Amino acid sequence: MAKLTFKTDKCKGCGLCVDACPKGLIKLASDKINKKGHHPAEITDESACVGCAACAMMCPDCIIKVER
Amino acid sequence: MVVFDKPHALTDAPMHYCPGCTHGIVHRLVAEVIDELGIEGKTIGIAPVGCSVFAYNYFGCDMIEAAHGRAPAVATGVKRSDPEGHVVFTYQGDGDLASIGMAETVHAAARNENITIIFINNAIYGMTGGQMAPTSLPGQVTQTSPYGRDTDHCGFPIKVCEMLSELDGPEYLERVTVNNVKNIMKAKKAIKKAFQNQVDGKGFSLVEVVSTCPTNWGMTPQNALKWLEDNMLPYYPLGCYKDRSAKEETK
Repeated sequence: MAKLTFKTDKCKGCGLCVDACPKGLIKLASDKINKKGHHPAEITDESACVGCAACAMMCPDCIIKVER
Repeated sequence: MVVFDKPHALTDAPMHYCPGCTHGIVHRLVAEVIDELGIEGKTIGIAPVGCSVFAYNYFGCDMIEAAHGRAPAVATGVKRSDPEGHVVFTYQGDGDLASIGMAETVHAAARNENITIIFINNAIYGMTGGQMAPTSLPGQVTQTSPYGRDTDHCGFPIKVCEMLSELDGPEYLERVTVNNVKNIMKAKKAIKKAFQNQVDGKGFSLVEVVSTCPTNWGMTPQNALKWLEDNMLPYYPLGCYKDRSAKEETK
């Protein structure tokens, strides 16, 4: 199990991490809006995450910290 | 155990780039390489004019802002006049490097100036609102070519790596992209080599990163990556165009 930390306020909601996740675990939170006015990315099921860091590597704003 | 975190050489400042712009990925790769080589305090970056004009806010190392296109000339001056031998890199877009700064780029390459250039090729002028760039593809619709780039009238795009590889000067030229995780890792390897070459005193290293501009291409970030794969990569083939020292080793 891995632990993902999102710097939510820096997220621009581009969704590149959503496509990068090989397990399809990340989504843009349609019910939340961050400081910048975007729907921020969040992980749906952290227990299924293997911590490959593909999302973090794809993130242009470097907002994801991955721990394992 | 931390698997992935923001590199130290990247500051906490929120980037001004549009959502999905691959500038951020390349910034991170450069910062990671600076961290891995342990040269943050010994590096001087040259920021260009273009979207990455504020690069000096995002890198932890010392930065200089150059006039439009003149980053390789400024880098030459810094490198040659610096007795302490700092690592000097420039970070330039296609409107900066391949258009107004073409002379500076070609001559820095011809002199085999010991600097590292990170060249972002997104086939458009991003900051000024999406005008046709020297690297815009034939038929590509931009603000100044609304019917598509007409090669009879506007000529053909410039392939910077291919062009510079004909010179005897440059040490290392490689074209990479950042459209998926695999290519991001390859891009990092190329950027690291480009910095290592300079540390080793080998000479001019340029890494061209084929990038997206979702806003000015008028696409979502996902579609922009798809468009890059379908249109940019066939025209700008990835790969190493020159690696002089590797060639000498195999001789």
